[in-house]
Amino acid sequence: MENIKKNPLSLQLNAEDFLPASNEEKQSLVVMRESVNFWKDGIRRLKKNKIAMVSFVFIIAIAIFAYLLPAVWPYSYSEQMKGSNNLKPFEYSASEQARIDAGEKVFPHILGTDRMGRDFAVRIMMGTRVSLSVGLIASVLVLIIGATYGAVAAFAGGWVDNIMMRITDILYTIPDILLIILLGMALKDPLDALATKPGFKWMQTLGPNMISIFIIFALLYWVGMARIVRSQILILKESEYVTAARALGASSGRIIKKHLLTNCIGTLIVTTTLQIPASIFTESYLSFIGLGVAAPLPSLGSLATDAVKGMNTYPHLLIAPALMISVMILVFNLFGDGLRDAFDPKLKN
Amino acid sequence: MSEHKTLVEVQHLQQYFPAGGVGKNRKYVQAVDDVSFAIRKGETLGLVGESGCGKTTTGRTLLRLYEPTGGKIYYDGNLLFDKDNKIAVDMLPYRRRMQIVFQDPYASLDPRMTIGDIVGEGIDIHHLAENEKDRHDKIIALLERVGLNSEHANRYCHEFSGGQRQRVGIARALAVNPEFIVCDEPVSALDVSIQAQVVNMFEDLQQEMGLTYLFIAHDLSVVKHISNRIGVMYLGKMVELADSYELITHSIHPYTRSLISAIPVADPITARQSKRIVLQGDVPSPLNPPSGCRFRTRCPYADEQCANEVPEFKEVSTGHWAACHHLDRVK
Amino acid sequence: MSEKILDIKDERLSFFTPAGEVKALNGVSFTMNQGDVLGVVGESGSGKSVTAYSIMGLTAYPGKLVGGKVWFNGHEIENMKEKDFRKIRGNEVSIIFQDPMTSLNPVYTIGNQIVEVIRLHTDKNKADAWARAKELLELVGINEPEKRLKQYPHELSGGMRQRVMIAIALACEPKLLIADEPTTALDVTIQAQILELMQDLRKKLGMSIIMITHDLGVVASMCEKIAVMYAGHIVEYGTTDEIFYQPGHEYTKGLINSIPKLNTAEHERLVPIEGTPVDLLNPPAGCPFAPRCKNCMKICLSKMPPRTELSDTHYTYCWLQQKAAFEKGEKAE
Repeated sequence: MENIKKNPLSLQLNAEDFLPASNEEKQSLVVMRESVNFWKDGIRRLKKNKIAMVSFVFIIAIAIFAYLLPAVWPYSYSEQMKGSNNLKPFEYSASEQARIDAGEKVFPHILGTDRMGRDFAVRIMMGTRVSLSVGLIASVLVLIIGATYGAVAAFAGGWVDNIMMRITDILYTIPDILLIILLGMALKDPLDALATKPGFKWMQTLGPNMISIFIIFALLYWVGMARIVRSQILILKESEYVTAARALGASSGRIIKKHLLTNCIGTLIVTTTLQIPASIFTESYLSFIGLGVAAPLPSLGSLATDAVKGMNTYPHLLIAPALMISVMILVFNLFGDGLRDAFDPKLKN
Repeated sequence: MSEHKTLVEVQHLQQYFPAGGVGKNRKYVQAVDDVSFAIRKGETLGLVGESGCGKTTTGRTLLRLYEPTGGKIYYDGNLLFDKDNKIAVDMLPYRRRMQIVFQDPYASLDPRMTIGDIVGEGIDIHHLAENEKDRHDKIIALLERVGLNSEHANRYCHEFSGGQRQRVGIARALAVNPEFIVCDEPVSALDVSIQAQVVNMFEDLQQEMGLTYLFIAHDLSVVKHISNRIGVMYLGKMVELADSYELITHSIHPYTRSLISAIPVADPITARQSKRIVLQGDVPSPLNPPSGCRFRTRCPYADEQCANEVPEFKEVSTGHWAACHHLDRVK
Repeated sequence: MSEKILDIKDERLSFFTPAGEVKALNGVSFTMNQGDVLGVVGESGSGKSVTAYSIMGLTAYPGKLVGGKVWFNGHEIENMKEKDFRKIRGNEVSIIFQDPMTSLNPVYTIGNQIVEVIRLHTDKNKADAWARAKELLELVGINEPEKRLKQYPHELSGGMRQRVMIAIALACEPKLLIADEPTTALDVTIQAQILELMQDLRKKLGMSIIMITHDLGVVASMCEKIAVMYAGHIVEYGTTDEIFYQPGHEYTKGLINSIPKLNTAEHERLVPIEGTPVDLLNPPAGCPFAPRCKNCMKICLSKMPPRTELSDTHYTYCWLQQKAAFEKGEKAE
């Protein structure tokens, strides 16, 4: 055949090439990719996201700053040092200067001190701790209440679902700031009273305001979560693999546990993470208007309020907590976005 | 011989889905309306029809995945459901005996579960394994039965091709040792070459395990290939039912005829010669089906009688059923 | 011979995904003349849609043309910018998609959508464009075109929507019509209507059609020539009769054998192609079909087969054909 002779390849051909290939030889060509499960795949995607990873490092740093650093800091957040009022950053009071002159080492007030002579750096740390804790606990509360409510509504369906979702609609329409202020006021007295009763002493250290913040979150902020979870479950409930499980005779409990929850978990994690900055912001805001945590426990919001009065003379006292709030909210949002891209690409749009 | 023993039977099965409206104005999608048939032990009954004809709903209602709004269902001589006498037995024991394989190999497997756990779900629910090792062995045996191997058990379904996933779906159904499987368009989403693999597997399984199938598909060639008898559905009604070869060669209902002639033949010479009966118009909405015979809006033989009377589904010759007023005129 | 309209030479196209380079097209070549109807057959992922989309510059990110030449009606596609594509899309080449619901905009009436396309490519005024739209609907066999023009896509049935899509595609009398699985989403009886319509229109308007489908039945009745694709290669190309009655590639043979026959009294077992489709991330070194091929030989595993011309219109890439030629040649020597 002419055609073959023209072909340069044909020169190298010999009869052996045309022997049948064995099954093993054929199969060796079929390579299966490395097994990846949902988590591994998500974490791989998250690691590739530079912004999310930088945010994550910031979150770790903030956590260390808030939870570990105060323990080794030479000053305590409530310790009032006489004569050290309103020091500028890295400034020493007269007595401290004297000790330095005597050859002693005195730890500098990196951010100076406040009006009452307390080291401001450690107060920022404590404030961050309070804000972060409130953010985390409130988000978990929102997660528990919202997810349960949404899941029950979706799973029950019919008129139960209808009534439950109308309730969330009503809650959604209430202006939340107004309600927070009203609730904050209304809850103050009963909670104060409760805190004096035996068995509720722990409330005093936390402050009744803190408790009312949690109550407010629990009452109001789960609505969004409930809606997201409900819509997710509604879709999953109709999926064919759930029908398949029903055809196998699976009970409702089994379907919820094995299929619905496991498939929602990505959404839950992402929504909860994105709830944290919202909670931090609300807490700071409440503290700023005086409805937040009780003194002497500082929160970033109350630190900012205190600083407003001397804003012109001591601007760093205002800038430091404000900056901290902004950075926290920013990194949690960025990290949450990264999580969403990694674990729940569907939510993006 | 149990060849002629009826395994599954439905009588006047009806499935209406509510579709908005209140009180008297409440509308219903009449997905399945007055459908009766029986499936003999060991046979394959094919169910064909276009989208929205109610074939999938029939299969799922039969398994009571949707609660029927009317009719009776019998399985192996036991009454499972009777709307008129308000009988609805607990399905759990029957779930082991009646299974289903789905169309979409992507949506029907839980993406967060390993293949092993998906296949093992039925084993867990019905406590079919004595211990963890027994469970594992059973799962591996099932995977090997459907042409997968033990290495696949710890993988997730997104790592598999459509054909392989459909095998997993079959293994899941087989895990509880069923006698009867509803195959709900199991090959429609697959490429032709893979489709043949899966069809052959269904045939092998039937021979080895004595399974009975209700094989639902819109592709008449596939249904003809696998089924002993075929039922044709149109807009919620069964219009014709006969042995498969009889139905293909001697169909008597005008809808079946146009359906057969509309199939594009994968043979250029035949394709050039054959004259298609091209049906005009579209399938009406099951929300508001035509009065009388539901096919009349597209039927070349339709007249006044067709608009006024619902044609009876009757046996025309032995084993050949059809619902049409003008069987004598249809040639 | 009528004039050449499309000439694709060794087209290579890859999708650069995070998991790696997915080689969607690995050297696709074919030509089409004015008035040809070419069927492109293959399984999902074989590259049949990608080939056609690349002619229109519709390759979505992260896809990129990495080699070869695509010549269409005087344009060098590989050098064209988005702006240049916009001029030829809808005008010289248009496309019908699989799902007519998602390709029509739900918030505009049918009329608006057709008129928009007409006015984009011609300088007709609104009234003329509207008249032309009505004419087009009549052309594609839609009754009461006046009424339909004022309706929204959701008010029409699937078959009707596909007719509207065809009307839009034909609005500017393109030289080439790409039909990407135009009947896959439709029921058999509606599919028959649409196929009939497309054949009529071709006779009337004389445009070329590329028919992309996985259904051999559709190409058998519609097309004159068929390209069979597998894993980004055209493994066989020939006239419809050659492909169906003298298939030269093992994949084509397998494909034809795996279709159940309707008119047989006895039960014949289907002959499937074993194995699973290739992973385009790690395609095999030799023939991509080798791992699934019944008659696979040693050379198939390591080397891509060269082209074997079986006739003037028929060629394939299969070592078995080379083997036959080799043995003949050996005997002759």
